[in-house]
Amino acid sequence: MALVEIRDVHKSFQRDTQRIDVFNGITLDVEEGSFLALMGPSGSGKSTLLNLIAGLDKPNSGTITVAGADVSEMTPGELAPWRARHIGFVFQQFNLLPVLTAYQNVELPLLLTRLSKKERDQRVRLALGVVGLDDRLDHYPRQLSGGQEQRVSIARAIVADPTVILLDEPTGQLDAKSSQEVLGLLRRLNSEFRKTIVIVTHDAHAAERATTVLQLEKGDLIRSSGVPSLRSGDAAATAGMTR
Amino acid sequence: MKYLPLVLANLGRHKKRTVLTIASVALALFLFASLQTVVTTIAAAANFGSARRLVSTNATGIVFTLPIAYANRLQAQRGVEAVTWANWFGGRYGDGKHFFATFAIEPKSYLEMYPEMVMPEDQKQAFIRERTGALVGRHLMETLGWKLGQNVTMQGTIFPGDWTFTIRAVYVPTSAQIGEDVLMFHHEYMEERLGRPGQAGWYIARIDHTDRAAPIAKAIDDQFRNSSYPTKTGTEQAFNASFATMWGNVSLLMGTIGLAVVFAILLVTANAMMMSARERTREVAVLKTIGFRDTTLFGIVMLEAGVIALTGALIGLGGAKVLYRATHFNGGGFLPGFDVTGSTLAVGSAVALVLMIASGVVPAIRAARLPVISALRQVE
Repeated sequence: MALVEIRDVHKSFQRDTQRIDVFNGITLDVEEGSFLALMGPSGSGKSTLLNLIAGLDKPNSGTITVAGADVSEMTPGELAPWRARHIGFVFQQFNLLPVLTAYQNVELPLLLTRLSKKERDQRVRLALGVVGLDDRLDHYPRQLSGGQEQRVSIARAIVADPTVILLDEPTGQLDAKSSQEVLGLLRRLNSEFRKTIVIVTHDAHAAERATTVLQLEKGDLIRSSGVPSLRSGDAAATAGMTR
Repeated sequence: MKYLPLVLANLGRHKKRTVLTIASVALALFLFASLQTVVTTIAAAANFGSARRLVSTNATGIVFTLPIAYANRLQAQRGVEAVTWANWFGGRYGDGKHFFATFAIEPKSYLEMYPEMVMPEDQKQAFIRERTGALVGRHLMETLGWKLGQNVTMQGTIFPGDWTFTIRAVYVPTSAQIGEDVLMFHHEYMEERLGRPGQAGWYIARIDHTDRAAPIAKAIDDQFRNSSYPTKTGTEQAFNASFATMWGNVSLLMGTIGLAVVFAILLVTANAMMMSARERTREVAVLKTIGFRDTTLFGIVMLEAGVIALTGALIGLGGAKVLYRATHFNGGGFLPGFDVTGSTLAVGSAVALVLMIASGVVPAIRAARLPVISALRQVE
């Protein structure tokens, strides 16, 4: 059984009187420990798919199961704690809280757990250590570079040890050097720490780090042929898809 | 408590705005406490008075006097143990700069009538002996830097001219309703200066039993009913209460002003909270993405409103309590015992709580109901 199972999902938006169909029965499996890159042009539904997996949005029909839980059937009250436990989310614009230090930003997901202050402290320091920012604990976001901000954002996403890490254009705001650092970090999280990662990106270099790359076009999932180093040999990273 | 750093960090986002909002709340609650204290002080003054003391004034009105000759006739009334009298003087001190309550009294009988005014016996006797002597409240002495034995000259407003007295005694009241900012001097001295008009402002009679207050008062008034100076006699408490009613419906007026101030500040605070919440739309969406429950976010925003209201209440209500006590404020002697009471603090705290709920609930609901996707899309 795949870690993430998306079955016959339909999703549409209503914009004024116009109905916009995003997905018309999409099906996808994401195996545990895989590193999946979702590529595609703007409006193809990449971010929508990420939001559906995170339980931030609801499908019109179909099921989305993450770690055995049917996300599409959960109430908002059930989704919040579920998300805290299972989902780590990284945004394109970092979305760190500017009034909190790097340490406090990373601590946020742990405030929702029963961990003691000491345990939280250990986890935060470990997460910031993994992303190489254990010397920036007391820095505010404005005191960090873009790459550092995104690494703090990744530390926040991994600190509670979620089941899946979802990243929406994580290198979209970064220069080439920072992008490489972030992508290297993601690869390390996947290979060294066996974290399941789903990344939405326009960047072919970013997709290159993934073990599986899928292309979304007009709501359809197709296996990408344009990414040169698709690591089809990685057994853990297989994604099944049908349309 | 683990969310407190987040709450404080949010409040520290716009320090000036937070400080000004807290200052607004503090000022509103300070004014509320002050106005409420005027009401409670007047009410306390109205309730002050011994049930064994009757006060007789001119039936036409308190500004009209009574003949001094009434003293003996009152004393002769059955059930009356002692009689004294006093006159409002209404002078100013220091080239008209300082105004405080000033009475001309019959010293010996007056001090016997009011054991609540405590002073050393030698000072008391010195005051009684000296016709131009003055008896002054302790706080007035401290405020004006007067010393025992000092000559003070007052300018009469009702009774013109310079009036010089020698301070012979300083009293401390045992009841807050007897002001400490009062100067008293001999009625005899005033009579002499005015050419002996033989008039007293009001009489105070101590009766033998509280149960007999009504019949004795009636007997006194009956005695003078057909004279040129009919009297109106009642208990001292009723007399003091009549002063309170002279202010009109003070409670309603003060209460209305107080609530209007609080309501105005409520709008200011609510606006500040709304602005603060609106600026954080994206952050709230991010927190929801992390897994913060709607109820948690509601609580965090309410806690922010609570910190503002609580801090404002501590400064405003606590400030009023400390300030009025430290300065012995008494409204120029017209509001003796002016002190923010426990009940006023309790009502003020309740007002702060209402302020917190009213200003925080809309942005809190907004934060709780914020749709994550559209909030993130709006700003990205």
